[in-house]
Amino acid sequence: MTPVTVTGTTQEAGAPFGAAPPAGDSSAAIVTRGLTKRFRGGQVAVDALDLTVPRGSVYGFLGPNGSGKTTTIRMLLGLITPTAGTYDVLGLPPARALPRVGALVEGPAFYPYLSGEANLMRFDAADPSARRATARRRIADALDRVGLSAAAGKRYRNYSLGMRQRLAIAAALLGPRELLILDEPTNGLDPQGTREVRALVKEIAADGTTVFVSSHLLAEIEQMCTHAAIMRSGRLVVQGTIGSLSAGRVPLIRVETPDVAEAARVLGELGLSGVQAGAGELTAELGGQRPEMINAALVGQEVAVRGLAVVRPSLEDVFVGLTGEGFDVDG
Amino acid sequence: MSTAETRTQAGAGAAAAGQLRRMPGLVPVTETLRTVERRAPEPLTRDADEDAGEGTGGFTGGDAAGGLRIGAFWRLLGSELALTFRRPRNMALLAVLGVVPVILGIGLRLASSTAGDGEMGGVVQNLAGNSLMLTFLSFSFLVLLLMPVAVSVVAGDAIAGEAGGGTLRYLLAAPAGRGRLLAVKYLNAVVFGYAVTAVVAVTALLTGLALFPGGSVTLLSGTTITVGEGLLRILLAVGYVGAAMAALAAVALALSTFTEVAIGAIAGTLVLLVVCQVVRAVPALAPVTPYLLPTRFTDFDGVLRDPVDYAALRDGLLSFAAYIALFGSIAWARFSGKDITS
Repeated sequence: MTPVTVTGTTQEAGAPFGAAPPAGDSSAAIVTRGLTKRFRGGQVAVDALDLTVPRGSVYGFLGPNGSGKTTTIRMLLGLITPTAGTYDVLGLPPARALPRVGALVEGPAFYPYLSGEANLMRFDAADPSARRATARRRIADALDRVGLSAAAGKRYRNYSLGMRQRLAIAAALLGPRELLILDEPTNGLDPQGTREVRALVKEIAADGTTVFVSSHLLAEIEQMCTHAAIMRSGRLVVQGTIGSLSAGRVPLIRVETPDVAEAARVLGELGLSGVQAGAGELTAELGGQRPEMINAALVGQEVAVRGLAVVRPSLEDVFVGLTGEGFDVDG
Repeated sequence: MSTAETRTQAGAGAAAAGQLRRMPGLVPVTETLRTVERRAPEPLTRDADEDAGEGTGGFTGGDAAGGLRIGAFWRLLGSELALTFRRPRNMALLAVLGVVPVILGIGLRLASSTAGDGEMGGVVQNLAGNSLMLTFLSFSFLVLLLMPVAVSVVAGDAIAGEAGGGTLRYLLAAPAGRGRLLAVKYLNAVVFGYAVTAVVAVTALLTGLALFPGGSVTLLSGTTITVGEGLLRILLAVGYVGAAMAALAAVALALSTFTEVAIGAIAGTLVLLVVCQVVRAVPALAPVTPYLLPTRFTDFDGVLRDPVDYAALRDGLLSFAAYIALFGSIAWARFSGKDITS
């Protein structure tokens, strides 16, 4: 499978990310070239990965479980040595860039016998560029940002899963970060927690921080990212802006009605193509039409409209279109 | 559901501009604005005015940055020590080691009061004459097993415990730095080793002073020294035994870098220790014994000779240094290139 790079129509994607960018000042937050990891035993977890994450983007890193996302993130953080390939983080070798990178890797991990606050103090102490003098204030800010201030003194052992996840995000926000790497940040969270994390990511991105977020949930990425890359079995399938990824796919209009035949006739008259009738509903390609006009036309022809929706093409469709496979079947 | 939600959030951004109160974590757009205001003036590198070397390139160089780096090292070591000395398990180990000399002292006191004048054993006779001797006696009881257990627990847990708990990946991503973290972990284990030694020495000394008559100290060589000189020799013994524990800590730390299960590294160290004792007990293997670490543990009794047997102490310390260099290198070789997958 050849990776497809889609150059998008929006502002960020047009910039060319050629060879190695100049150190320290690069338009890309992460650049990998031919990044490969072969584990002992021969298993190739990541295979010749060429990623370009533009600065200021919210970059969705997608793939089914086991597609090499976490291994890639571990390489970016210097936890795993690549077998081959080169990579830059913030235009620097990863070891030098790390103080400016906040990370959440494979779920939260803290000392159960320490309070949330003491845990953050511990990880802050591990960062050689963090100052002890400002630690208390920065920790309080980070806890406040994830809504954990009230539980700051509680032992981590007694935190709920959602609180643990939020503490991990707080740990990633201890200093001013230029890049945030979040590996499956909504794993194990309830819908409310998921929404909170999504809102937080948007807020962080609004500060100008680049956010690199991995997930196996396509819908989640679609909602919060400006860019996305899709991995499959260690290889990059596609990367680009969200808009460009689904550019080839047209939005559909879906009408719920008991008068399917009549509705189909009206849609046909309006010039919509690809009209497909089902039981109690029908879909058609929206084309350039405005949905409210379609609705008015239907009602004008006395079609009982029970529901009307515009269905935008999802990343899942893109993925299926590129690989011919469902997203979650791959182990 | 997804489209509806997006719409709600977009709507909230436009409409609820005045609505400042937020639910924990649920951040409306007003919150974003507040954060932008708070964050925007900050430079990309923190406290750039203070960190002279921390420029845009992220380099740390020059005197100020060098000072910062050293300060950060002590901060991490402080964090490590606080973690070690606040952990109930470690405090329990220290408590047990503090109690043993007391029990030993009481036992010997009872033995000396029941025994007739002429029937006292050598040890009891020694003690009855001087309170300081209980310290050396406690060392010789504890140095071969109980003290190594305590040190192995802390040093064996150092890397493996963090790996098993998953905190290692966050420490390294912080980034703690592999060499720095290993150095801090080792120094922490050494400090704990000296703490163990000091606890035994102090409780033994206090118990001895409480239960046995003070005065001059009779040495193994038969000569007598003053209490002040005796205390000096206790200090010498503490230094030696602490160094022995530091050598053992290097072995446990090296094992700790090979596993993600702390108990594996701890048990491995203790098994090695027991194997050494078995080898020492087999006369046919006598040529090997000088090279075994525990052989040197009991050589602290050199301080009880007159004059002090500095040659034996020096040989022991050299042997400890060799063990620290060897196992420190193994730990570094393993840890610096290890893929952290836990």
